[in-house]
Amino acid sequence: MLSFILRRILIAIPTILLISIFVFSLQKLLPGDPVLAMAGEERDPEVLEFLREKYRLNDPIPVQYLTWVGNALQGDLGISLRTNQPVTELIAEKLPVTIQLAIMAILFALVIGIPAGILSAVKKGTITDYIANIVALSGLSIPNFWLGIMLILLVSVKLNLLPASGYVPLSEDPVKSITAMLMPAFVLGTALAATLMRHTRSAMLGVLKSDYVRTARAKGLYERRVVLKHAFRNALTPIVTLTALLFGELIAGAVLTEQIFTIPGFGKMVVDAVFNRDYAVVQGIVLVTAVGFIVMNLLADVAYVLLNPRLRNA
Amino acid sequence: MNVLKTGLLAGLLGATALSAQAADLRIALQSDADVLDPDQSRTFVGRIVYASMCDKLVDITPELELIPQLATGWEWSEDGKALTMTLREGVVFHDGTPFNAQAVADNIDRSQNLEESRRKSELKSVTGVDVVDDYTVRFNMAAPDATLLAQFADRSGMMVSPTAAKAAGADFGLNPVCSGPFKFKERVAQDRIALERFPDYWNADEIHFDSVTFLPIPDTTVRLANLQSGDIDMLERLAATDLAQAEGDGGINVERAVSLGYQGITINVNNGEKGDNPWGNDKRLRQALSYALDRDAINQVVFEGAFAPGNQPFPPTSPWYDADHPVPARDVEKAKALLAEAGFPDGIDLEVQVPNTTVPLQLMQVVQAMAAEAGIRIEITSKEFATLLADQSAGDYQASQIGWSGRVDPDGNIHQFMTTGGGINDSHYSDPKVDEMLNNARASTDFDVRKADYDAARDILAQDMPIVYLYHQTWIWALDDGLSGFTPYPDGMIRLEGVKLEK
Repeated sequence: MLSFILRRILIAIPTILLISIFVFSLQKLLPGDPVLAMAGEERDPEVLEFLREKYRLNDPIPVQYLTWVGNALQGDLGISLRTNQPVTELIAEKLPVTIQLAIMAILFALVIGIPAGILSAVKKGTITDYIANIVALSGLSIPNFWLGIMLILLVSVKLNLLPASGYVPLSEDPVKSITAMLMPAFVLGTALAATLMRHTRSAMLGVLKSDYVRTARAKGLYERRVVLKHAFRNALTPIVTLTALLFGELIAGAVLTEQIFTIPGFGKMVVDAVFNRDYAVVQGIVLVTAVGFIVMNLLADVAYVLLNPRLRNA
Repeated sequence: MNVLKTGLLAGLLGATALSAQAADLRIALQSDADVLDPDQSRTFVGRIVYASMCDKLVDITPELELIPQLATGWEWSEDGKALTMTLREGVVFHDGTPFNAQAVADNIDRSQNLEESRRKSELKSVTGVDVVDDYTVRFNMAAPDATLLAQFADRSGMMVSPTAAKAAGADFGLNPVCSGPFKFKERVAQDRIALERFPDYWNADEIHFDSVTFLPIPDTTVRLANLQSGDIDMLERLAATDLAQAEGDGGINVERAVSLGYQGITINVNNGEKGDNPWGNDKRLRQALSYALDRDAINQVVFEGAFAPGNQPFPPTSPWYDADHPVPARDVEKAKALLAEAGFPDGIDLEVQVPNTTVPLQLMQVVQAMAAEAGIRIEITSKEFATLLADQSAGDYQASQIGWSGRVDPDGNIHQFMTTGGGINDSHYSDPKVDEMLNNARASTDFDVRKADYDAARDILAQDMPIVYLYHQTWIWALDDGLSGFTPYPDGMIRLEGVKLEK
């Protein structure tokens, strides 16, 4: 098990390097001059030249990249062109926010998606199944930003139940923090719940047809035990993979959700950074996201082994 | 019993009075500010934060007159090459450093010589600062510069603590120290900027809040929803499309002021190869475009009638507006005639680059439809803003929909756009007479003399039209109806002197 994890970590290193080269080059391909974006309405050529020198934008691109990697290896991700704050500090500030949003969203997705999936598989072809499918399809089709604004208007403006937007750190006031995050997590979670529901349903349908489920039923076990213990555990493997992969979708969704609900997280930071050509910030976020994605996949692999004993000696 | 009631009532009143005293004001901004150092700053929202944190040498009235703030009076020398200011006594910075003439000299030095400073061009004319005595300071110039006073009404005139600035260097913005009514408390990027009351403020009697919190909320509908749900007390830049909803809400007051800036279509006249085309070479085409447009209709359709149609760099409400060139009525026949005269009786194509956000795109679509009726076939190329700016500066465009946030002094809205080699003259327009008049207007401190120069330049520019001006944005604030004493200013700033919250 340990050697398996170590092997996976070693493979991750070239992957992260490749991603960082890729993103760095893509950014340089973007039209638009970061210095012009930074200088704003000040166009003094002297100032522009100074900024180019200061942020080493005159160096050849490979040199710029190597400088960045060199500093990054020492834990220095550079400073934001826009606010002068160190990128590591910015990330340390934003990461917990997005992680909280992601965890709450995944919880919503799991709590809604999996029971709905199981239910519609077990009651296949009935009205319950159709309703679950229609709800899932709507969850997938309704855009985040629309649902977000509608919820704000209903829950905050009309009913005055939850704050319309904003963020309270968990350490400051856990209750307020969670209530402020409820709506955005729900919005982000619904789309994922729909995907999860569809996959749970098809995995369950496959398993429910298998021989051992028939055997379990033949033994005279309660239906509840057949479904939850025998069928669901075996259907879990593809669901776990999916949940890990959904992490990527979650970050993408967070970009929009954070923008609407004004949550100072990763997604909002990356959008602002791209528009301002704040190279160091974009690069730092991509690095951390890539690492996060790889870790999630690693966790998924470990979870398979735990779920499926047959893989333990592989 | 009655005594008890009265006592209770008094207690209640006392409690409300107390809570009004211990108030926090929450203001929603359209975006997050950049670095909080007046010398390095470049965003509009940054300036809104400074209005509560950093006092300036002078301030403006809503009518754009210059009035004392940290300077109590000023005088120009006969030759216009020296400006002497007397300073307010007894003012201290948030860190206790006293404010005096030496502090002013140190501030100007920092704005001019800090490598990261973005104030260099604003203060280019100042060649030296003399500390005459503790509370008198003299600015020397090589040539007269009438625009200097107005610069002192903005970031170039904001005074930061010399002690703190020296200690922090270019990192000053992480923990700014000024002398305004509120001092910096904390900042969480993209979440909030919190300021707290500065008890030693020279004008503390006019300040009625213990703290101010600025919250960046980019989505305009969400900004309004926050105000309606009571999560904020006021917001800036309400979208014109949300105006009806805000005005229909009994708990919200709406305030507005026509801005100092403008929006228009800049045409590449001579910036590189792309300027060498009929649009760059023949002013009749540019005039035709202007005649093809119904600026009132644009305002009604795109901005719900909330903005101000315009045809000059100054809005019609400005004292600098040239009334001899009023906003022209739409005249499609005249536009067609001009096209025919220029040799394009069958119409002509024009490629306009537009920022890829909702409002500019809607605006351009309306312009496109109007121009088409006169035979001008506009092709809209939408670009993300940083790209648009870079292409425009490099001359890689035929026409560009862009604007300017505006300056208190008229010079800031016209000189660097219209003079030969001007810093933001992306059209590369050049006319020796215009250069001469705009330079002259800089040299005089007399309103009538300057106005005559700007009007004379307008006579030429109204013909040449390197920029086809379209409209002037109106700043719209929405406030909780418990807020009183707010005054709208054309510079879009939020000044908290006299503002109170009563609930």
